Formats: sequence, C-alpha cells, structure tokens
Amino acid sequence: MEKRWFTISVYTENNIGLLNRISDIFLKRHINIESLNVSKSEIEHVSKFTIVVNTTETWTQKIVGQIEKQIDVIKAFYHTDEETIYQQSAMFKIASHLLFDEPQIQNIIAESKSKIVTVSREYFVLAKTGRKHEIDEMHDNLEPFGIMQFVRSGRISVTKAEMPITSMLNEFYQT
Amino acid sequence: METLKETTKKKNQKAALKITGAEAIIHCLLAEGVDLIYGYPGGAIMPVYDELYKFQDKLQHILTRHEQGATHAAQGYARVSGRVGVAMATSGPGATNLVTGLADAQIDSTPMVCITGQVPRHLLGSDAFQETDIIGISMPVTKWNFQITKASEIPEIMAKAFFIAKSGRPGPVLIDITKNAQFEELDFEYKHCTGVRSYNPRPKPDTKKLEQAAALINNAKKPYIVFGQGVILGQAEEQLKELVEKTGIPAAWTILGLSALATDHPLNVGMVGMHGNYGPNVLTNECDLLIAIGMRFDDRVTGNLDTYAKQAKIIHFEIDPAEINKNVKADVAVLGDARESLELLLPMIDSNSHEDWLAKFAEKYEEEFKTVIKNDLHPTKDGLTMGEVIKEINNATNNDAVIVTDVGQHQMITCRYARFKQSKSNITSGGLGTMGFALPAAIGAKMGAEQREVVAIIGDGGYQMTIQELATIYQNNTAVKIVVLNNEHLGMVRQWQELFFDKRYASTVMTNPDFVKIAEGYHIEARSVNKREDLADAVSQMIASDKPYFLEVKVEKEDNVFPMIPSGASVSDIRLK
Repeated sequence: MEKRWFTISVYTENNIGLLNRISDIFLKRHINIESLNVSKSEIEHVSKFTIVVNTTETWTQKIVGQIEKQIDVIKAFYHTDEETIYQQSAMFKIASHLLFDEPQIQNIIAESKSKIVTVSREYFVLAKTGRKHEIDEMHDNLEPFGIMQFVRSGRISVTKAEMPITSMLNEFYQT
Repeated sequence: METLKETTKKKNQKAALKITGAEAIIHCLLAEGVDLIYGYPGGAIMPVYDELYKFQDKLQHILTRHEQGATHAAQGYARVSGRVGVAMATSGPGATNLVTGLADAQIDSTPMVCITGQVPRHLLGSDAFQETDIIGISMPVTKWNFQITKASEIPEIMAKAFFIAKSGRPGPVLIDITKNAQFEELDFEYKHCTGVRSYNPRPKPDTKKLEQAAALINNAKKPYIVFGQGVILGQAEEQLKELVEKTGIPAAWTILGLSALATDHPLNVGMVGMHGNYGPNVLTNECDLLIAIGMRFDDRVTGNLDTYAKQAKIIHFEIDPAEINKNVKADVAVLGDARESLELLLPMIDSNSHEDWLAKFAEKYEEEFKTVIKNDLHPTKDGLTMGEVIKEINNATNNDAVIVTDVGQHQMITCRYARFKQSKSNITSGGLGTMGFALPAAIGAKMGAEQREVVAIIGDGGYQMTIQELATIYQNNTAVKIVVLNNEHLGMVRQWQELFFDKRYASTVMTNPDFVKIAEGYHIEARSVNKREDLADAVSQMIASDKPYFLEVKVEKEDNVFPMIPSGASVSDIRLK
C-alpha cells in the first residue's frame, strides 16, 4: 500500500505522561512523527494532539487504534490532507543590516505575506504562517542572504467534517 | 475481629476521616476486597508497610524473595481466581524488578495493581537514593500508571486503578506514591470507580454484526472455532460450550484459552499454533469459516500471515478494538465482551452438526498420534519423556489440577498433554514467554485456589531464574507441587539450534546443582527419579502429600517437541518430525 500524509487528531484528558504513551506507540512500530503539536481544544480541559505521519493507511489505522486504547485518550481520528485545513508557522531571525543592504529581502517579505514581528539594531524577526511548501520556499529565498535562526512549528489543522467529541462526552455523563 | 466488609462500611460511614496516606492505601485495598498482597519492603514504601503491620489480621502480606516473584505470584493469584492481583515494592530497584511481571501481565491481559514507593516529592528529579522514573519505565508495559504526590489523591486514584485493571481487556496498573504522600494526612472517603469518561471498557455488541456472524455460521460447511483467553476473562465458558454443542463446530484453543472448554469434550479438537496439534493447524487452511473468540492472532498462532486461512471468511469476537484487523482482517468483527456477545448470538444460530468435517480432525489426530503422541505418551525407548510425566500427573490428579508452567519445551508438552475439567486451570506465561514465571505464579495460584491441587511444571532453566521463591513456599507452607523436568539443557533453544543452526549448541548445556538437596535446604520434601518404573509412584507420592513437595524427573536430554511450525512458515506446513 502506498505511503501518504495523514494528520492524526487526538482528543485527550490533560494528563502528565500521556505524550510519552502516545510517542511510544510510534517508537514501538518504528514510525517517524513528522510533526507534533499539543494544545488545548475547543472543549474545556480537553487537550488536542495533532500528529502528522507519512505512512500507509493500514498503519495509520493501527496506530489510531493503539492511541485510542490509552485510557486517557477520549478519541482519535485520522484524515488526509484533502480532508483538513492545515497550517504551520515559522520564524526567521535575520541580521538588520541586510534589510538595507539587500533590497531583494523586502520583496521576499512582501511576496511571502510574512510579518515583521520585531526589529532591533542587530536583527529583525519575520513570522510566516502557511503551508509547509510556502514556508520552505521562503526559507530557500532567504537562505542565500543568511538566516541567523529558523524555526518551524508542527502542523495544526481543523477538519472539514465534524469531530463529535462533545456528544461523546455527553453520552458518558448520561449513562 | 470485625470482617473486612464491616471495616469498609465503618470507614465509609465515618466520611472524611483524617488518616495518613499510608493508612489510606490500606483502606483502599480493603475497600476493593483485597485480602492478600505480595511484595517486598524498602525505604520509600516503609510507611505503608508500617500500616500493613497494624492491619495484618485483615490484609495478609506475603514476602516473596524478589519483587519479580511478587508480580508473578499476583498474576498466578489473579489468573486462577479472576480477582485483581496486588504486588508492592519500594522505589528504585524494587520498582524496576516489577517490570518483567508488568510486561507479562500486559501481554497476557492479567488484572494486576502494583504499588511502588517513591522518593519524597521535593527530591523527585534529583537522582536521590533509590530514585528511578518508574512511571516512564513502566509506561509501555502498563494499561495505565500514575504517580501520586499528594495524599488527597489516593482514594480516587486507587479506585481508578482497580477499575482499569479489571475492566474491559484487563491489564496491569502501576501506582507510584511519593513518600511524603504516605506521611501526609487526608480526609479519607472512598468511592468505587464506575467509569472513566475517556475509556469505554465494554463496547456493546452490534446487533447487525451479530446477525452477519450468525448468517455466516448458519451457512458454513466447514466452520471452525479458535478460542482464546477472552472466553475465560469474559466468563463465557458456558456460552462457548453451548455454541459448540448447538452447532457441532470443532473448537481449538490458543495456549491461554486452554481449560476454557474441558479437554475431553468431543468437539475440543486441540491446540493451535507453533507446537499445537496437527489437525487444528492444517485444517485452519481448509475451513470455510474461522470463528475467532477472544484471541488475538498472535504470530505463534498464525505462522505466516500471508498464508493464514486465506480461503476462509473470518469472524472475530473481541473486546479490544485495537485487536480488530491488527494481524488478520476480519470479514465480520463483533466488538464486545465474549459472554455478552455469545449470549446474543446463540438465539440466532441454527442447530447443526458437521460430522464429515469433524472426522477430518479425527483423521489428522490419528496421523499425529502415530508419529508423535504415541512416542511421547507411550515411549518404548529407555529415557523418560516429558509427555509421560504429564500423563502420570493427569492420572494422579484425576485430570483436575491447576497446572502452572514456565516457558519452553516442558510448557509446550504440558499444554499439549495436560487434561482439564474446569476453567482457569492452566496458568502459563503465553505472550511474553517469561522464564521464571512458574514457581512464583504457582504460589499465587495455590493461594487463590486453596482447595485445588496446584502443580508447577518447570524446566531446569526457568526454575533457576526464580528458585529463591522456595523460601516463600517454605515460610508460608504453601502446598504447591513442583515438578522440574530436567533435561540439563535449555531445551527449546537447543531444539532450534539442532534444527535451524546446524547443531551449534551455543550456551544451552546446563550443569545443574543437586536440586533435591536445594529443595531440602529449604525444608521441602524432595525426590528425584530417572526410571520409568519409579515415575508413577513418585508422582502419586507427591500428590498424596499435603505439604509443598519437589519432584525432579530426569528426562531424555535431547528430545524435541513436535509437531512444529517452523518460524515464518504456514500453519499448513506444520512438521510432524
């Protein structure tokens, strides 16, 4: 079966240690986590893991099954890129003098629709939100001029379809 | 002396009683109906042991000689009784010594709660004396674990621990309690846990799936049942028997399913897997419907998955959603408790019989009997076989003992030849294959089923991995019968070396001590036999004893276990020799 990109969304109780339990599932099966983001979710006291993997759908199903098996996991879903709206963020730290010495940089900032977060005498910081390939492209454009620091976040995504966590939790309290 | 229930009631009535965390742990255990735990004291768990001293009339603590022994004893107790086994240890090495037992209980779905002491909260992360991150270490081998750092957390977490350990697909839970939490006081009030919102232990069987399963069963010409421990854990033995009898479908078992259906039942066709019976393996690839009940298609059961039951439709009755389609794709998967599922299924099933199909199993049995079983059970050569020892034990115990095995050749031979009348009678380390399991597990099994004869059958290798538990047996006068089948080899590894490594016997020959003297050193009556004419007498003498007893049987040194599915081969390529 063909390898594809899948985004796994995991709704969990906010418990210490769960990150280890989840990452261990990937470790045990030798599957690389391409990107990971943990944040609060739309439901109070419920956390959301967003994990991106590049593997077959069969493996993704098995992983999701193992993740859901963890006691503190409420529900896990997996989706293809087409089924989600997804973004990543990146920051670039660049020497300030380049802004004046290299006029091309201003074009890159404008074209990439990135924001200048801060400017100081020594450096300025650009923030960019978008698809990975857009960030990569901006990185490639800036690289010849010298990037002092670069960081890209994990993918965050929302799905086009509903994720019925609230109704699942309500069901628990009714029974 | 007030009874346990009265104590618990009193404590519950006196809501918000101020006690220490250590005492609270005892009350939690009592409230969960625990009256026996296994463990080993040490610095970080001393406050709890101090309370155990005060409560020894209600809660018995068995001091094993190694923490690993405590976990296996708790497992043996749990497996034979269906209750949660409890083991306790201190921090650091005490805790790490639990890991093998946790892993064993995890893979064999045994309900167990382990409690470990931990350094005080303010020392966490400082590499304090006997500090180890047991939460991190035990994470992959526990169903759930939690570190308590405040006494006030104790009642809720302990209740949750027991609920999680025993519900759904059971498993081990580890609770690590920092020493400060043991000393601190809390307002104690205990409520049993009845649910965790992120955990659905018992999915309701889907009626549509049951109807689909029933249709497949009613229309099958050559249906075949393979059942596992899910039948025992779900207490579905009666329902399985009813299903088998109503439909006339031959049923085979995995090693952990053994004893769920009486071994002499006419529709019990034997064991599947690497050293299982010939028919059950070969005919897996001839049936038109495979009905898997409470089993997980382990690789030792399936052999090569690419050639496993490809011609058959597959129905999988399973409580753990992660097992569905994990190894074998099911045409119909019924998610739920085995008993509940089978109860709902039974009225949808037509009465039937499959005489011709069943006759095929009988035919295959004849082939296996001629080539393998006859030589194992009725040998004509000089040396004793493991099989004839098991046969004698069957005879002496009227096929009704609890049989505890370790791992290796003796385990395969025992599971092949031991006879069982009642469920929960076969205790062995299946998934993990833990050598050293049997001796401590037998202690727990005897304590969990005091009225029953408990016979531990162990190889000379595994026996020496936890041999120190003979002291636990002596100290508690636990009347287990210990049989060591001594072939002076690590027999199973030796067999593989002979068959697959051109007879290069790397480190599989054992020069053993005088096992009789060792047993006698622990004040356990002991005997050794190496002649066929002494075997029956020795076994009956052992069974007649109402005390612990050790019997060494010196068996043939280089016997192999057959049939055998070579690693990676298909079930239908099982070899008879």
